[in-house]
Amino acid sequence: MIATALRVANQLRRDPGTLALLLVVPAVLMTLFRYLFSEFLFTLVGPSMLGVFPFIVMFAVTAVTMLRERTAGTLERLLAMPMRKVDLLLGYALTFGVIATVQSGVLIAWSVFLGLDAPSGLLVLVAVLDGVLGMALGLFVSVFARTEFQVGQMMPAFVLPQLLLSGVFGPREEMADVLRWISDALPMTYAVDASSRLVRDEGLSGEVVRDLVVLGGATLLALVLGAATLRRQTR
Amino acid sequence: MIEISELVVDRDGTRVLDDVTAVVRKGSVTGLLGPSGSGKTTLLRAIVGVQRITGGSVRVAGLPAGHPELRALIGYQTQAPSVYADLTVAENLRYFASIARCDRRRVAAVLEDVRMSELAGQLVSRLSGGQRARVSLATAMIARPPLLVLDEPTVGLDPLLRRDLWRTFHRLAAEGTTLLVSSHVMDEARRCTDLLLLREGGLLAACTPAELGDDLEDAFCRLVEGVPA
Repeated sequence: MIATALRVANQLRRDPGTLALLLVVPAVLMTLFRYLFSEFLFTLVGPSMLGVFPFIVMFAVTAVTMLRERTAGTLERLLAMPMRKVDLLLGYALTFGVIATVQSGVLIAWSVFLGLDAPSGLLVLVAVLDGVLGMALGLFVSVFARTEFQVGQMMPAFVLPQLLLSGVFGPREEMADVLRWISDALPMTYAVDASSRLVRDEGLSGEVVRDLVVLGGATLLALVLGAATLRRQTR
Repeated sequence: MIEISELVVDRDGTRVLDDVTAVVRKGSVTGLLGPSGSGKTTLLRAIVGVQRITGGSVRVAGLPAGHPELRALIGYQTQAPSVYADLTVAENLRYFASIARCDRRRVAAVLEDVRMSELAGQLVSRLSGGQRARVSLATAMIARPPLLVLDEPTVGLDPLLRRDLWRTFHRLAAEGTTLLVSSHVMDEARRCTDLLLLREGGLLAACTPAELGDDLEDAFCRLVEGVPA
Protein backbone atom coordinates (compact mmCIF):
# COMPACT_ATOMS: atom_id res chain seq x y z
CA MET A 1 0.00 0.00 0.00
CA ILE A 2 2.78 2.44 0.93
CA ALA A 3 4.77 1.38 -2.15
CA THR A 4 1.79 2.14 -4.37
CA ALA A 5 1.16 5.47 -2.64
CA LEU A 6 4.78 6.50 -3.17
CA ARG A 7 4.71 5.35 -6.77
CA VAL A 8 1.58 7.40 -7.53
CA ALA A 9 3.12 10.41 -5.76
CA ASN A 10 6.26 9.97 -7.86
CA GLN A 11 4.21 9.93 -11.06
CA LEU A 12 2.38 13.10 -10.04
CA ARG A 13 5.66 14.82 -9.20
CA ARG A 14 6.73 14.20 -12.81
CA ASP A 15 3.55 15.87 -13.99
CA PRO A 16 3.64 19.47 -12.72
CA GLY A 17 0.74 20.41 -14.98
CA THR A 18 -1.62 18.06 -13.18
CA LEU A 19 -0.37 19.18 -9.78
CA ALA A 20 -1.00 22.80 -10.73
CA LEU A 21 -4.46 21.83 -11.95
CA LEU A 22 -5.15 20.18 -8.61
CA LEU A 23 -3.95 23.01 -6.40
CA VAL A 24 -4.61 26.19 -8.36
CA VAL A 25 -7.79 25.63 -10.36
CA PRO A 26 -10.19 25.50 -7.40
CA ALA A 27 -8.75 28.77 -6.05
CA VAL A 28 -9.04 30.44 -9.46
CA LEU A 29 -12.65 29.31 -9.80
CA MET A 30 -13.38 30.64 -6.34
CA THR A 31 -11.91 34.00 -7.37
CA LEU A 32 -14.28 34.07 -10.36
CA PHE A 33 -17.18 33.49 -8.01
CA ARG A 34 -16.03 36.28 -5.76
CA TYR A 35 -16.01 38.90 -8.52
CA LEU A 36 -19.04 37.54 -10.33
CA PHE A 37 -21.25 38.15 -7.32
CA SER A 38 -21.62 40.95 -4.80
CA GLU A 39 -19.72 40.43 -1.60
CA PHE A 40 -22.96 39.53 0.15
CA LEU A 41 -23.96 36.90 -2.42
CA PHE A 42 -20.42 35.49 -2.33
CA THR A 43 -20.65 34.83 1.40
CA LEU A 44 -23.86 32.89 0.65
CA VAL A 45 -22.73 30.88 -2.39
CA GLY A 46 -18.96 30.71 -1.77
CA PRO A 47 -19.09 28.14 1.00
CA SER A 48 -21.19 25.79 -1.14
CA MET A 49 -18.40 25.87 -3.68
CA LEU A 50 -16.06 24.40 -1.04
CA GLY A 51 -18.18 21.28 -1.43
CA VAL A 52 -18.02 21.31 -5.22
CA PHE A 53 -14.55 22.15 -6.50
CA PRO A 54 -12.49 19.51 -4.64
CA PHE A 55 -14.95 16.86 -5.85
CA ILE A 56 -14.74 17.85 -9.51
CA VAL A 57 -10.97 18.19 -9.68
CA MET A 58 -10.20 14.98 -7.81
CA PHE A 59 -12.78 13.07 -9.85
CA ALA A 60 -11.17 14.04 -13.15
CA VAL A 61 -7.55 13.44 -12.13
CA THR A 62 -8.22 10.08 -10.49
CA ALA A 63 -10.36 8.74 -13.31
CA VAL A 64 -7.66 9.53 -15.86
CA THR A 65 -4.82 8.12 -13.73
CA MET A 66 -6.66 4.85 -13.17
CA LEU A 67 -7.66 4.63 -16.81
CA ARG A 68 -3.99 4.91 -17.79
CA GLU A 69 -3.23 2.05 -15.44
CA ARG A 70 -5.82 -0.05 -17.25
CA THR A 71 -4.86 0.82 -20.81
CA ALA A 72 -1.09 0.54 -20.25
CA GLY A 73 -1.49 -3.05 -19.03
CA THR A 74 0.14 -2.28 -15.69
CA LEU A 75 -3.11 -3.05 -13.89
CA GLU A 76 -3.21 -6.53 -15.41
CA ARG A 77 0.43 -7.04 -14.45
CA LEU A 78 -0.20 -5.94 -10.87
CA LEU A 79 -3.25 -8.20 -10.56
CA ALA A 80 -1.21 -11.15 -11.84
CA MET A 81 1.33 -10.45 -9.08
CA PRO A 82 0.99 -11.12 -5.36
CA MET A 83 -0.84 -7.85 -4.72
CA ARG A 84 -4.04 -7.38 -2.77
CA LYS A 85 -6.66 -5.24 -4.52
CA VAL A 86 -7.33 -3.30 -1.36
CA ASP A 87 -3.64 -2.35 -1.15
CA LEU A 88 -3.82 -0.89 -4.63
CA LEU A 89 -6.96 1.14 -3.92
CA LEU A 90 -5.73 2.31 -0.51
CA GLY A 91 -2.39 3.28 -2.06
CA TYR A 92 -4.24 5.51 -4.48
CA ALA A 93 -6.55 6.77 -1.74
CA LEU A 94 -3.59 7.67 0.50
CA THR A 95 -1.74 9.81 -2.04
CA PHE A 96 -4.81 11.47 -3.47
CA GLY A 97 -6.17 11.94 0.06
CA VAL A 98 -3.04 13.88 1.02
CA ILE A 99 -3.40 15.95 -2.15
CA ALA A 100 -7.09 16.57 -1.42
CA THR A 101 -6.08 17.85 2.02
CA VAL A 102 -3.45 20.25 0.68
CA GLN A 103 -5.85 21.36 -2.04
CA SER A 104 -8.61 22.07 0.50
CA GLY A 105 -6.19 23.97 2.72
CA VAL A 106 -5.13 26.19 -0.20
CA LEU A 107 -8.73 26.71 -1.29
CA ILE A 108 -10.00 27.63 2.16
CA ALA A 109 -7.08 29.94 2.91
CA TRP A 110 -7.67 31.69 -0.39
CA SER A 111 -11.42 31.93 0.25
CA VAL A 112 -10.79 33.58 3.61
CA PHE A 113 -8.46 36.02 1.84
CA LEU A 114 -11.32 36.77 -0.58
CA GLY A 115 -13.54 37.70 2.34
CA LEU A 116 -15.27 34.45 3.27
CA ASP A 117 -15.83 33.83 6.95
CA ALA A 118 -14.50 30.37 7.67
CA PRO A 119 -14.92 30.11 11.38
CA SER A 120 -14.65 26.38 11.65
CA GLY A 121 -11.69 24.08 11.03
CA LEU A 122 -14.34 21.51 10.29
CA LEU A 123 -14.63 23.09 6.85
CA VAL A 124 -11.29 21.50 5.98
CA LEU A 125 -12.67 18.13 6.97
CA VAL A 126 -15.71 18.59 4.72
CA ALA A 127 -13.58 19.69 1.78
CA VAL A 128 -11.20 16.75 2.27
CA LEU A 129 -14.02 14.22 2.51
CA ASP A 130 -15.52 15.80 -0.59
CA GLY A 131 -12.25 15.48 -2.48
CA VAL A 132 -11.80 11.87 -1.37
CA LEU A 133 -15.36 11.11 -2.49
CA GLY A 134 -14.58 12.59 -5.90
CA MET A 135 -11.47 10.40 -6.01
CA ALA A 136 -13.36 7.23 -5.10
CA LEU A 137 -16.03 7.89 -7.73
CA GLY A 138 -13.31 8.68 -10.27
CA LEU A 139 -11.70 5.29 -9.59
CA PHE A 140 -15.06 3.63 -10.08
CA VAL A 141 -16.07 5.34 -13.34
CA SER A 142 -12.67 4.71 -14.93
CA VAL A 143 -14.03 1.21 -15.66
CA PHE A 144 -16.63 2.59 -18.03
CA ALA A 145 -14.20 4.68 -20.05
CA ARG A 146 -11.95 3.29 -22.75
CA THR A 147 -10.14 6.53 -23.53
CA GLU A 148 -9.24 9.71 -21.71
CA PHE A 149 -11.59 11.48 -24.09
CA GLN A 150 -14.48 9.47 -22.67
CA VAL A 151 -13.47 10.43 -19.14
CA GLY A 152 -13.87 14.03 -20.22
CA GLN A 153 -17.35 13.24 -21.43
CA MET A 154 -18.26 11.55 -18.18
CA MET A 155 -17.59 14.71 -16.24
CA PRO A 156 -20.89 16.36 -17.27
CA ALA A 157 -22.76 13.07 -16.77
CA PHE A 158 -21.53 12.43 -13.23
CA VAL A 159 -20.86 15.93 -11.97
CA LEU A 160 -23.37 18.35 -13.49
CA PRO A 161 -26.57 16.72 -12.15
CA GLN A 162 -25.03 16.63 -8.68
CA LEU A 163 -24.04 20.28 -8.96
CA LEU A 164 -27.43 21.43 -10.28
CA LEU A 165 -29.36 19.54 -7.63
CA SER A 166 -27.02 20.20 -4.72
CA GLY A 167 -28.77 23.37 -3.65
CA VAL A 168 -26.17 25.77 -5.00
CA PHE A 169 -28.40 27.12 -7.75
CA GLY A 170 -31.66 27.17 -5.84
CA PRO A 171 -32.76 26.20 -2.35
CA ARG A 172 -33.59 22.52 -2.08
CA GLU A 173 -36.78 23.36 -0.22
CA GLU A 174 -38.18 24.92 -3.40
CA MET A 175 -37.38 21.99 -5.69
CA ALA A 176 -40.13 19.78 -7.11
CA ASP A 177 -40.52 16.65 -4.97
CA VAL A 178 -38.94 14.29 -7.50
CA LEU A 179 -35.93 16.54 -7.95
CA ARG A 180 -35.49 16.83 -4.21
CA TRP A 181 -35.59 13.05 -3.83
CA ILE A 182 -32.87 12.74 -6.44
CA SER A 183 -30.98 15.52 -4.70
CA ASP A 184 -31.27 13.54 -1.44
CA ALA A 185 -29.60 10.58 -3.11
CA LEU A 186 -26.63 12.50 -4.52
CA PRO A 187 -23.60 12.80 -2.23
CA MET A 188 -22.51 16.28 -3.30
CA THR A 189 -25.72 17.64 -1.75
CA TYR A 190 -24.38 16.75 1.68
CA ALA A 191 -20.99 18.37 1.07
CA VAL A 192 -22.69 21.60 0.01
CA ASP A 193 -25.10 21.42 2.96
CA ALA A 194 -22.30 20.83 5.48
CA SER A 195 -20.08 23.63 4.26
CA SER A 196 -22.99 26.11 4.17
CA ARG A 197 -23.96 25.21 7.71
CA LEU A 198 -20.39 25.47 8.96
CA VAL A 199 -19.92 28.94 7.47
CA ARG A 200 -23.18 29.99 9.15
CA ASP A 201 -21.30 29.05 12.32
CA GLU A 202 -23.53 26.21 13.35
CA GLY A 203 -20.62 24.24 14.75
CA LEU A 204 -20.84 20.48 14.91
CA SER A 205 -24.63 20.29 14.82
CA GLY A 206 -26.56 17.07 14.30
CA GLU A 207 -27.12 17.97 10.65
CA VAL A 208 -23.41 18.50 10.03
CA VAL A 209 -22.60 15.16 11.65
CA ARG A 210 -25.22 13.52 9.42
CA ASP A 211 -23.67 15.18 6.36
CA LEU A 212 -20.20 13.94 7.30
CA VAL A 213 -21.46 10.40 7.90
CA VAL A 214 -23.22 10.35 4.52
CA LEU A 215 -20.08 11.63 2.76
CA GLY A 216 -17.91 9.03 4.47
CA GLY A 217 -20.40 6.27 3.66
CA ALA A 218 -20.65 7.29 0.02
CA THR A 219 -16.84 7.29 -0.23
CA LEU A 220 -16.61 3.79 1.24
CA LEU A 221 -19.34 2.56 -1.10
CA ALA A 222 -17.55 4.02 -4.13
CA LEU A 223 -14.27 2.37 -3.04
CA VAL A 224 -15.99 -1.00 -2.61
CA LEU A 225 -17.58 -0.63 -6.05
CA GLY A 226 -14.15 0.32 -7.40
CA ALA A 227 -12.59 -2.81 -5.87
CA ALA A 228 -15.32 -4.94 -7.44
CA THR A 229 -14.34 -3.66 -10.87
CA LEU A 230 -10.74 -4.84 -10.51
CA ARG A 231 -10.98 -8.25 -12.13
CA ARG A 232 -8.05 -10.61 -12.09
CA GLN A 233 -9.53 -12.60 -14.96
CA THR A 234 -10.97 -11.16 -18.13
CA ARG A 235 -12.77 -12.64 -21.10
CA MET B 1 5.64 -27.57 -14.83
CA ILE B 2 2.59 -26.76 -16.99
CA GLU B 3 -0.11 -29.24 -17.95
CA ILE B 4 -2.72 -28.12 -20.46
CA SER B 5 -5.57 -30.48 -21.11
CA GLU B 6 -8.32 -30.11 -23.74
CA LEU B 7 -8.21 -26.34 -23.32
CA VAL B 8 -10.96 -24.37 -25.05
CA VAL B 9 -11.19 -20.58 -24.95
CA ASP B 10 -13.95 -18.52 -26.56
CA ARG B 11 -13.65 -14.76 -26.77
CA ASP B 12 -16.65 -12.72 -27.87
CA GLY B 13 -18.24 -15.73 -29.51
CA THR B 14 -15.19 -16.82 -31.51
CA ARG B 15 -13.19 -19.90 -30.63
CA VAL B 16 -9.63 -18.71 -30.02
CA LEU B 17 -8.21 -21.97 -28.65
CA ASP B 18 -9.71 -25.31 -29.62
CA ASP B 19 -8.90 -28.47 -27.68
CA VAL B 20 -5.25 -27.76 -26.87
CA THR B 21 -3.41 -30.44 -24.90
CA ALA B 22 0.26 -29.89 -24.12
CA VAL B 23 2.94 -30.14 -21.47
CA VAL B 24 5.81 -27.80 -20.64
CA ARG B 25 8.73 -29.55 -18.95
CA LYS B 26 10.33 -28.13 -15.83
CA GLY B 27 13.65 -26.48 -16.64
CA SER B 28 12.95 -26.33 -20.38
CA VAL B 29 13.09 -23.33 -22.67
CA THR B 30 9.88 -23.98 -24.54
CA GLY B 31 9.11 -21.93 -27.62
CA LEU B 32 5.47 -21.25 -28.43
CA LEU B 33 5.54 -20.60 -32.16
CA GLY B 34 2.85 -19.72 -34.59
CA PRO B 35 1.74 -16.98 -36.93
CA SER B 36 0.12 -13.81 -35.69
CA GLY B 37 -3.48 -14.55 -34.63
CA SER B 38 -2.87 -18.23 -33.90
CA GLY B 39 -3.83 -17.86 -30.22
CA LYS B 40 -0.36 -17.62 -28.65
CA THR B 41 -1.16 -14.69 -26.38
CA THR B 42 -4.47 -16.22 -25.30
CA LEU B 43 -2.73 -19.48 -24.40
CA LEU B 44 -0.09 -17.63 -22.37
CA ARG B 45 -2.80 -15.58 -20.62
CA ALA B 46 -4.65 -18.79 -19.75
CA ILE B 47 -1.47 -20.19 -18.19
CA VAL B 48 -0.83 -17.01 -16.22
CA GLY B 49 -4.45 -17.15 -15.07
CA VAL B 50 -5.72 -13.82 -16.35
CA GLN B 51 -7.76 -15.38 -19.16
CA ARG B 52 -11.15 -16.88 -18.39
CA ILE B 53 -11.31 -20.31 -20.00
CA THR B 54 -14.33 -22.01 -21.57
CA GLY B 55 -13.38 -25.64 -21.13
CA GLY B 56 -10.58 -28.04 -20.26
CA SER B 57 -7.95 -27.35 -17.65
CA VAL B 58 -4.61 -25.61 -17.16
CA ARG B 59 -2.43 -26.62 -14.22
CA VAL B 60 0.80 -24.93 -13.20
CA ALA B 61 3.06 -26.58 -10.60
CA GLY B 62 0.13 -28.85 -9.74
CA LEU B 63 -2.27 -25.97 -9.05
CA PRO B 64 -5.09 -24.75 -11.30
CA ALA B 65 -4.05 -21.66 -13.29
CA GLY B 66 -5.09 -18.47 -11.54
CA HIS B 67 -4.60 -19.94 -8.07
CA PRO B 68 -3.49 -17.15 -5.68
CA GLU B 69 -0.33 -19.07 -4.72
CA LEU B 70 0.77 -19.06 -8.37
CA ARG B 71 0.95 -15.27 -8.49
CA ALA B 72 4.30 -15.41 -6.69
CA LEU B 73 5.61 -18.22 -8.91
CA ILE B 74 5.02 -16.78 -12.38
CA GLY B 75 6.79 -13.86 -14.04
CA TYR B 76 4.71 -12.62 -16.96
CA GLN B 77 5.83 -10.27 -19.70
CA THR B 78 2.90 -9.00 -21.75
CA GLN B 79 3.28 -8.32 -25.44
CA ALA B 80 2.87 -4.54 -25.07
CA PRO B 81 5.39 -3.24 -22.49
CA SER B 82 3.34 -2.81 -19.32
CA VAL B 83 5.47 -0.40 -17.32
CA TYR B 84 4.91 3.16 -16.14
CA ALA B 85 6.05 5.58 -18.84
CA ASP B 86 6.26 8.49 -16.38
CA LEU B 87 8.70 6.74 -14.04
CA THR B 88 12.36 5.96 -14.57
CA VAL B 89 13.56 2.45 -15.38
CA ALA B 90 14.87 1.94 -11.83
CA GLU B 91 11.73 3.39 -10.22
CA ASN B 92 9.58 0.94 -12.19
CA LEU B 93 11.68 -2.00 -11.09
CA ARG B 94 11.87 -0.91 -7.46
CA TYR B 95 8.08 -0.58 -7.37
CA PHE B 96 7.44 -4.00 -8.89
CA ALA B 97 10.13 -5.47 -6.61
CA SER B 98 8.21 -4.29 -3.57
CA ILE B 99 4.94 -5.63 -4.99
CA ALA B 100 6.63 -8.99 -5.61
CA ARG B 101 8.07 -8.72 -2.07
CA CYS B 102 11.63 -9.34 -3.20
CA ASP B 103 14.93 -7.70 -2.33
CA ARG B 104 15.48 -4.33 -3.99
CA ARG B 105 19.08 -5.29 -4.63
CA ARG B 106 17.69 -7.56 -7.36
CA VAL B 107 17.05 -4.43 -9.45
CA ALA B 108 20.71 -4.00 -10.42
CA ALA B 109 21.14 -7.67 -11.31
CA VAL B 110 18.04 -7.87 -13.45
CA LEU B 111 18.91 -4.63 -15.27
CA GLU B 112 22.27 -6.18 -16.14
CA ASP B 113 20.48 -9.28 -17.45
CA VAL B 114 18.56 -7.21 -20.01
CA ARG B 115 21.54 -4.87 -20.69
CA MET B 116 19.76 -1.80 -19.38
CA SER B 117 22.02 -0.78 -16.46
CA GLU B 118 23.20 2.39 -18.17
CA LEU B 119 19.64 3.59 -18.71
CA ALA B 120 18.47 2.97 -15.13
CA GLY B 121 17.88 6.68 -14.49
CA GLN B 122 16.02 7.33 -17.75
CA LEU B 123 12.29 7.99 -17.91
CA VAL B 124 10.59 5.08 -19.69
CA SER B 125 8.74 7.56 -21.94
CA ARG B 126 12.12 8.56 -23.44
CA LEU B 127 13.07 4.96 -24.35
CA SER B 128 12.69 3.20 -27.68
CA GLY B 129 10.17 0.41 -28.13
CA GLY B 130 12.81 -2.31 -27.79
CA GLN B 131 14.22 -0.71 -24.64
CA ARG B 132 10.75 -0.51 -23.10
CA ALA B 133 10.22 -4.18 -23.91
CA ARG B 134 13.42 -4.98 -22.03
CA VAL B 135 12.28 -3.00 -18.98
CA SER B 136 9.05 -4.98 -19.11
CA LEU B 137 11.06 -8.21 -19.36
CA ALA B 138 13.23 -7.18 -16.40
CA THR B 139 10.05 -6.59 -14.41
CA ALA B 140 8.88 -10.13 -15.13
CA MET B 141 12.25 -11.52 -13.97
CA ILE B 142 12.63 -9.36 -10.86
CA ALA B 143 11.50 -11.89 -8.28
CA ARG B 144 13.39 -14.86 -9.83
CA PRO B 145 10.13 -16.74 -10.36
CA PRO B 146 10.43 -20.47 -11.13
CA LEU B 147 8.27 -19.95 -14.25
CA LEU B 148 8.75 -17.16 -16.79
CA VAL B 149 6.01 -16.62 -19.36
CA LEU B 150 7.28 -14.24 -22.02
CA ASP B 151 5.11 -12.95 -24.86
CA GLU B 152 7.35 -12.10 -27.83
CA PRO B 153 10.25 -10.77 -25.71
CA THR B 154 12.72 -10.43 -28.59
CA VAL B 155 10.57 -8.59 -31.14
CA GLY B 156 12.30 -5.56 -32.66
CA LEU B 157 15.65 -6.14 -30.95
CA ASP B 158 18.96 -6.09 -32.76
CA PRO B 159 20.53 -9.52 -33.38
CA LEU B 160 23.28 -9.04 -30.82
CA LEU B 161 20.82 -8.21 -28.09
CA ARG B 162 18.60 -11.10 -29.12
CA ARG B 163 21.51 -13.49 -28.81
CA ASP B 164 22.34 -12.08 -25.35
CA LEU B 165 18.75 -12.45 -24.17
CA TRP B 166 18.57 -16.06 -25.33
CA ARG B 167 21.83 -16.73 -23.47
CA THR B 168 20.25 -15.26 -20.36
CA PHE B 169 17.18 -17.47 -20.87
CA HIS B 170 19.35 -20.58 -21.06
CA ARG B 171 21.38 -19.54 -18.03
CA LEU B 172 18.13 -19.16 -16.07
CA ALA B 173 16.95 -22.55 -17.33
CA ALA B 174 20.22 -24.11 -16.19
CA GLU B 175 19.55 -22.63 -12.76
CA GLY B 176 16.17 -24.37 -12.71
CA THR B 177 13.80 -21.77 -14.16
CA THR B 178 11.21 -22.92 -16.67
CA LEU B 179 10.71 -20.57 -19.61
CA LEU B 180 7.81 -20.40 -22.02
CA VAL B 181 8.61 -17.95 -24.79
CA SER B 182 6.31 -17.03 -27.66
CA SER B 183 7.45 -15.84 -31.06
CA HIS B 184 6.07 -15.52 -34.57
CA VAL B 185 9.58 -15.72 -36.06
CA MET B 186 10.30 -19.31 -36.99
CA ASP B 187 14.09 -19.07 -36.73
CA GLU B 188 13.79 -18.41 -33.00
CA ALA B 189 12.73 -22.05 -32.73
CA ARG B 190 16.41 -23.03 -33.03
CA ARG B 191 17.16 -21.46 -29.68
CA CYS B 192 14.54 -23.47 -27.74
CA THR B 193 14.84 -26.90 -26.16
CA ASP B 194 11.18 -27.76 -26.77
CA LEU B 195 8.61 -26.42 -29.22
CA LEU B 196 4.86 -25.99 -29.29
CA LEU B 197 3.53 -25.06 -32.72
CA LEU B 198 0.20 -23.32 -32.78
CA ARG B 199 -2.00 -22.50 -35.75
CA GLU B 200 -5.57 -21.20 -35.88
CA GLY B 201 -6.16 -22.01 -32.23
CA GLY B 202 -5.05 -25.63 -32.46
CA LEU B 203 -1.82 -27.35 -31.45
CA LEU B 204 -0.05 -28.38 -34.64
CA ALA B 205 2.86 -30.19 -33.03
CA ALA B 206 4.87 -30.57 -29.85
CA CYS B 207 8.43 -31.46 -30.70
CA THR B 208 12.10 -30.49 -30.48
CA PRO B 209 13.82 -28.19 -33.01
CA ALA B 210 15.89 -31.16 -34.23
CA GLU B 211 12.77 -33.11 -35.15
CA LEU B 212 11.70 -30.32 -37.49
CA GLY B 213 14.83 -30.51 -39.59
CA ASP B 214 16.85 -27.72 -41.15
CA ASP B 215 14.16 -25.73 -42.92
CA LEU B 216 11.75 -24.66 -40.18
CA GLU B 217 9.45 -22.65 -42.45
CA ASP B 218 9.16 -25.63 -44.74
CA ALA B 219 8.59 -28.01 -41.82
CA PHE B 220 5.78 -25.77 -40.57
CA CYS B 221 4.09 -25.81 -43.98
CA ARG B 222 4.39 -29.60 -44.24
CA LEU B 223 2.81 -29.97 -40.81
CA VAL B 224 -0.09 -27.71 -41.81
CA GLU B 225 -0.64 -29.60 -45.06
CA GLY B 226 -0.22 -32.97 -43.41
CA VAL B 227 2.61 -33.97 -45.74
CA PRO B 228 5.11 -36.37 -44.15
CA ALA B 229 8.73 -35.22 -44.06
